[in-house]
Amino acid sequence: MATTAATLDQAIHHAHVDDRSFLRKYVFSTDHKIIGIQFLIMSLLFLALGGLLAMVMRWQLGFPGQAMPGGGVLPETMAPGGVLLPEFYISLVTMHGTFMVFFAIMPLLVGVFANFLIPLKIGAPDMAFPRINMASFWIAVPAGVLMVAGFFVEGGHAGAGWTAYAPLSAMPEMSGVSLGQQFWCVSLVILGLSSILGSMNYIATIINMRAPGMTWFRLPLSIWALFITSILVLLAIPILSGAAIMLLFDQTIGTHFFLPADGGQPLLWQHLFWFFGHPEVYILILPAMGFVSDIIANGSRKPIFGYHSMVFAIVGIGFLGWIVWGHHMFQSGMNPTLGMTFMISTLFIAVPSAIKTFNWLGTMWRGNLQFHVPMLHAIAFVAMFVIGGLSGVFMAATPVDIYIHDTYFIVAHIHYVLFGGSLFAIFGAITFWYPKMFGRLMSPFWGKVHFALTFVFYNLTFWPMHELGLKGHMRRIYDPSEYEFLQPLAPTNRFISIAAFLLFAVQLIFALNFVLSWFFGQKADRNPWKDTGLEWVPPSPAPHGNFDHTPTVYHMPYEFSHPHATEDYVPQNRPLEGQTRPAAAPAGQ
Amino acid sequence: MDWMLPPAFSTFAPDIDRIYYVILVLTAIAFVIVEAGLIWFVIKYRGRPDRKAYYTHGNATAEIVWTAVPAVTVVVLGIMSGPIWNKVKGRDSVPADAMPVGVRAQQFEWHVTYPGADGALGSADDFTVRNQLHVVVNRPTVVMLTAEDVIHSFFVPAFRLKQDAVPGMEIRVWFEPTQTGRFELACAELCGLGHYRMKAFVEVHTQEDYQRWLAEQTQAAATQ
Amino acid sequence: MTHAHANVMLPPAEAEAGSGVYNEKLGMWVFLASEVMFFTALIGSYIILRFGNPSHWAAPGEILNVPVTAVNTFLLICSSVTMVKAFAAAQDGDQKWLKNWLLATTLIGATFVGVQVYEYLQLAHHGFLPGGYVEGSELAEAAAAGEAFKGGPPLPASVALYGATFFTMTGFHGFHVTMGVICMSFVTFKAFRGAYSVTDHRGVEVIGLYWHFVDLVWIILFTIVYLI
Repeated sequence: MATTAATLDQAIHHAHVDDRSFLRKYVFSTDHKIIGIQFLIMSLLFLALGGLLAMVMRWQLGFPGQAMPGGGVLPETMAPGGVLLPEFYISLVTMHGTFMVFFAIMPLLVGVFANFLIPLKIGAPDMAFPRINMASFWIAVPAGVLMVAGFFVEGGHAGAGWTAYAPLSAMPEMSGVSLGQQFWCVSLVILGLSSILGSMNYIATIINMRAPGMTWFRLPLSIWALFITSILVLLAIPILSGAAIMLLFDQTIGTHFFLPADGGQPLLWQHLFWFFGHPEVYILILPAMGFVSDIIANGSRKPIFGYHSMVFAIVGIGFLGWIVWGHHMFQSGMNPTLGMTFMISTLFIAVPSAIKTFNWLGTMWRGNLQFHVPMLHAIAFVAMFVIGGLSGVFMAATPVDIYIHDTYFIVAHIHYVLFGGSLFAIFGAITFWYPKMFGRLMSPFWGKVHFALTFVFYNLTFWPMHELGLKGHMRRIYDPSEYEFLQPLAPTNRFISIAAFLLFAVQLIFALNFVLSWFFGQKADRNPWKDTGLEWVPPSPAPHGNFDHTPTVYHMPYEFSHPHATEDYVPQNRPLEGQTRPAAAPAGQ
Repeated sequence: MDWMLPPAFSTFAPDIDRIYYVILVLTAIAFVIVEAGLIWFVIKYRGRPDRKAYYTHGNATAEIVWTAVPAVTVVVLGIMSGPIWNKVKGRDSVPADAMPVGVRAQQFEWHVTYPGADGALGSADDFTVRNQLHVVVNRPTVVMLTAEDVIHSFFVPAFRLKQDAVPGMEIRVWFEPTQTGRFELACAELCGLGHYRMKAFVEVHTQEDYQRWLAEQTQAAATQ
Repeated sequence: MTHAHANVMLPPAEAEAGSGVYNEKLGMWVFLASEVMFFTALIGSYIILRFGNPSHWAAPGEILNVPVTAVNTFLLICSSVTMVKAFAAAQDGDQKWLKNWLLATTLIGATFVGVQVYEYLQLAHHGFLPGGYVEGSELAEAAAAGEAFKGGPPLPASVALYGATFFTMTGFHGFHVTMGVICMSFVTFKAFRGAYSVTDHRGVEVIGLYWHFVDLVWIILFTIVYLI
């Protein structure tokens, strides 16, 4: 049956008479898109805060013992006369990691895009449990407030690293931190509840609410990635919650879970933390891989290369994530025979990672590459993720890990994966889905400027860290000039600091572009990137309830440049030319 | 940027360095293939109005190749790494004739206990020195590593050796220096606000020098 | 533009059910998977700590009051039975017995929590807390003297890990039962308002799943904490 665009638009106007109050519409909203945007704003603020903490650290590392410009505003307990105290420095180390992992990257990838994309991309009006979804955001807010408040309590903020290794984290008399570390534990338990409720929603929604014809192997890779990520969140976060509660009890009610003085086991904390922590690492990269797959197919105007093996690679990484946690503990005193086992399982992560990388290259091969801003970020993701992945091979090999464990080589590795990987994907994804969120496009010119400067300064910051690590530079040290063998590295440290300041400064371009485009950006039509996903069917911004009628899905995602199609893309809700089968098998196969 | 490792002075360090360089070469090859491919594609297939992308959903042969090659490579790496790991950290790897010393890590210093003249720990002539680890060149030393309060990590970059010291555990770790001289010993695990200055030095002596130093120490202990 | 089957004048079509299980039930199953991992963290830590340091554990029943807890366990199992009965009544559309069985489940659950509070108070009174023995308490003195407390083998010198794991595991289970009782009261209240019919009694089924799960966890905890 044919319908003209005019009647369609008319019907949409009738279908969505939205009479919710301002409070229900924008604050306590149950609309998955508003909740996604709320998460976006919150986590971008935390991203800025985490970055700011890194700048303060970089000042101390580049210019040890010198008064920081503007550091005079900090209280005496942090930086008397602008010179950082060592106890404040380790709080910065701890909170930079904590904010970035738990309050910036993780909510940016999952809280924002799982919320925003899942219903839109599978053709559902909203989440399975909209009210629980709203609760999951409003539970995350007090967790964030508590985590920030830790800076202002007696004794300063948590100072045992984002990994909070016991017994340091469990013994106020050893760390000098009591309330700060407790705030840290409580905040993570609260945030964990938010994440669990969120992933319960995402999983139920993806299983139960796919539009007719949206079979498992027609899901966009971003949805596959978010689905596997949600399972990881669901099963990994409660481990952290349990561990954080035990740590809190050790500090407050006199238990001895991790305190050897009365029989406890410090390594138990590490096992629990990393049993959570390694799946967490993949929580922080899988969604990024999904977004990049969507964007690269779009930017190459080609179907994704090897869709099925991409899905299996996502599932494979999700599975391997559970059996490799010991590679964080090779030098911890764990049984060395276990080290062998964990080395083998860890090395095998290279296989699905390689599959994904080569499939992205295969997608670009003989494409018609459109270098829009999201595509630039996606290409940078591939280029940087390769470096982060390959540097991972060094520490997976146990003998090399003896030397580079706990050095800047690890710092370089994690930042190539989390910044070069996840954050570039996030910049790309925000730019890509911005028009569907706000109805306007971000400025492509300033987007490209931001991309180019970020790419350059990012590499100038993190590439030399490999060298620091190879020369033996330890992580988390307040003043590298203490050591003779680190003194020749002072110029490198200074160079990194200056590059980092510039990297931080150019993020202002993104912030301005983000805020100003909201009001002054070019109005976007329904499908500004000529993409195939269902999220481009409703108008931009998508109205409450998303679709005026449930779309029917006819084929796999990424049908670009189909030889028989007149346009170079065929949306999933439009049959391919010559496709006779109507809506294909039911979704629940 | 310099990808070379600094000079190393223990018996197993060349093994560790060799596997590092093997991985460096392999990853460099993979790096060049991917990045060069990426750049080549970006230039060659840049969008033009008249271009139509080649419609394909994949290629099984290509995918099998780029699954199998990394799989085989990592298995080979694992096989190469295993024996070296066992040599350095394996439970039975400590040479029988190794000289024992006790190292107790504590915020923010290293207490080194020497066996004294009888060469055995736990006897009356043991003595403890702060932040100095004296050992003999070309003779294996086994460190009985303990921690007093929180986790520390015993790190001697020049020996390519790192081992966490965990309170409540005694971990044995060994090394054999190949050159005399003074090397820095660092704490590599965040252990509190003084973590950055928890340092000591390892002094590698000839056998004669070590005996002389030992005699001085024993004498000093006796006169006290 | 060819929009097959598009008829915008019709109300939005129902999204296709993927699993054949309605959302609330699926969501509860997913949530329980998360709960399994939470208790796995606690129980796993307990196993590791106990194997690492068996001397911290008193003989079964030496400190803990096993008979009282056995009765309490029986009560909780009964509440699972009443829950099953409530669900059956809901399926049959038997409003009267739905209300009765739900009320019984709520009350038994509340009793379980009450008995647990009594047990904790007794233990605290004897001097057993999450940190181990309380200094100067009956238990601490018996342990210091190398004596038994209830006529069994002598008490261990320290029960720090015993106390920590016991109170953490049973405490979090008790917290889960308390949450269950609160939700069960809400469901019972709704049942009295006639909210559940033969065709739609999802709330009863979903709370039932949670209830049986918490019951199952207790049977495991009772076995490994009290009996072994």
